[in-house]
Amino acid sequence: MSRPRWFAVRQELSPLRRRLLGGVAFLLPLLLWSIVSYVPFIWHPNIKVIEPGEVSWMRPGLQIPRADFAKEVATAQAAGVRPPTGERANPIYLPPPHAVGRALYTAFTTAPVLKGDLWLHESLAMSLKTIFWGFLISSAIGVPLGILCGAFVSASRLSEPFVDFVRYMPAPAFGALMVAVLGIHLEPKVAIIVIGTFFQQVLVVANTVRKVDGGLIEAAQTLGAKRRQLVLRVLLPASLPDLYNDLRILLGWAWTYLIVAEVVGVSSGITFFINQQAKYRSFDNVYAAILIIGFIGLATDQVLAFVGERLFVWKNPRPSRVRRFISATMARLLPAAPTEETTPAA
Amino acid sequence: MSTPDPLPEYLRQSPAVAARFAKLKERPVVMEIDRLSRQFPGEHGPVTALRDISLKIHRRELVCVIGPSGCGKSTLIRIIAGLDEPTSGRMLVDGKETSGPSPERGMVFQGYTLFPWRTVKQNVLFGLEMAGRASSEAEADARQWIDLVGLRNFADNYPHQLSGGMKQRVAIARALAPNPRVLLMDEPFGALDAQTRAQMQSHLLEIWRNVDVTILFITHDLDEAILLADRIIVLKANPGEIQEVIEVSVPRPRSLEQLQSPEFQATRRRLDELIHPKLHAPAEHLPITRLTQVGDDVE
Repeated sequence: MSRPRWFAVRQELSPLRRRLLGGVAFLLPLLLWSIVSYVPFIWHPNIKVIEPGEVSWMRPGLQIPRADFAKEVATAQAAGVRPPTGERANPIYLPPPHAVGRALYTAFTTAPVLKGDLWLHESLAMSLKTIFWGFLISSAIGVPLGILCGAFVSASRLSEPFVDFVRYMPAPAFGALMVAVLGIHLEPKVAIIVIGTFFQQVLVVANTVRKVDGGLIEAAQTLGAKRRQLVLRVLLPASLPDLYNDLRILLGWAWTYLIVAEVVGVSSGITFFINQQAKYRSFDNVYAAILIIGFIGLATDQVLAFVGERLFVWKNPRPSRVRRFISATMARLLPAAPTEETTPAA
Repeated sequence: MSTPDPLPEYLRQSPAVAARFAKLKERPVVMEIDRLSRQFPGEHGPVTALRDISLKIHRRELVCVIGPSGCGKSTLIRIIAGLDEPTSGRMLVDGKETSGPSPERGMVFQGYTLFPWRTVKQNVLFGLEMAGRASSEAEADARQWIDLVGLRNFADNYPHQLSGGMKQRVAIARALAPNPRVLLMDEPFGALDAQTRAQMQSHLLEIWRNVDVTILFITHDLDEAILLADRIIVLKANPGEIQEVIEVSVPRPRSLEQLQSPEFQATRRRLDELIHPKLHAPAEHLPITRLTQVGDDVE
């Protein structure tokens, strides 16, 4: 057999290669960023002044475009005064990786500039609280309603056209209204997340429930299941793993609504932190905060995926290594009864 | 090769078989289908899928329904199960008219339809739970049904861990657990490979011998119908009507060896004529031209 190829149409890769590519997916952007940051002649469009010479308006640390700086040097030389010196630098909005890496730590340890402003961890807690309540309220109504719509055509016809209509209204458009109704603190922000998530949620959940194999419903009916049991004992358990995955994806959407929700009323949470830091031109902190959102999102998703795989064993056609070992041992210890097929198809 | 014995008349029954049928007909009628018709709306007016189907099935009888594709076999069994409504006619079980699905008419589907989130035992328990049976007593019951279909060691496995044949056994145990009066089987072995199918057929006969249940079995496999059935209902298509009812003269207990017996062959030939009349007419000439160059002529 020939060696497995990296690019074969629709062929699975070995686990090693999969993991390798997963790592490279993160390393590649980092590498690009490092090259742009640390190799001067790639970009570095500015000059950072080290020593202003006798140019009166320059200060150390000031950044100016390379062409302007060269002009100043030429003017100074022509006038016979000491020219300024400087080094090539990237714009302030593109800090190098190490600065952002440091900021990931220092952002938590640095007190806010203004007294009364929140520390980073407090801002994050605020954001998580907003997401938590928004997603909880949305799910508490959206999931049952979605299940009803998936189970009963009349429920679906009654609610889905309207839900579909509202879905097209951007959630932030309700910002001013929510502030008027709910005040300027946590409540309107939670409301924006609810509005942004809920309507999608109803449709997605309804669709997932509708995908349940109709044969299961019929089988349950011939076994005596009535309406209530068909919903609670068949549709619900049959769609649970997919519902779980839907909620995982919708939680990601809730995060995108967070950023607009947090500028509604009194700006708060991680968005407030980001805006504040941008105002102080501490872009390393801005990047750090954005990265932290990414980390939280990725981590929650991975944890939820891990939990889901263990929660819904019946959906997982590939038994875990431990499970395989147990069943293999069992098969060896307990010889099958004569009437039994001893080899279930893999 | 010696010339084969001429086949007996397919309806001729040996005294033992005739006695058996006489006894069978004395048993009470479990299910009665009375002038059942079903029309579907079509592009050019309604299409009649079933017309005036009338049928009486006695207690512990095994009846097979067979017919060409599109003859409405599946529609018939779905109506009997209560999963579809007839346009006219009625259905009685133990003399009472039925409406909608009920556990008194258990069903085994071709596509298994096991609940994938439930283990084998939990699948078998489903019908008992729906009937509100106490759990410890129900569990003992479920265990018995699982033993009957020979899956004791797989009681705690999930359906995705089972082979097709095993899945269908679970489906049979699940349908039998609530003690149905009639077990409806809609081409239950159609998706299985030939060897497993043969195993399942003997297995079904074995189960039927040990359980007080009346079976209505839909199939398109002629051998399967003869092997299993007391009576075979032959349907014809467009519209779906009963063409002939055959009392199978093959003696019981049945086994695969009987496939070669004269009674079996005679019945088989009759079914073949009824279901595939085209095959027995002279072949029509198809204008096939030779598309590829062949080196030597094999005809």
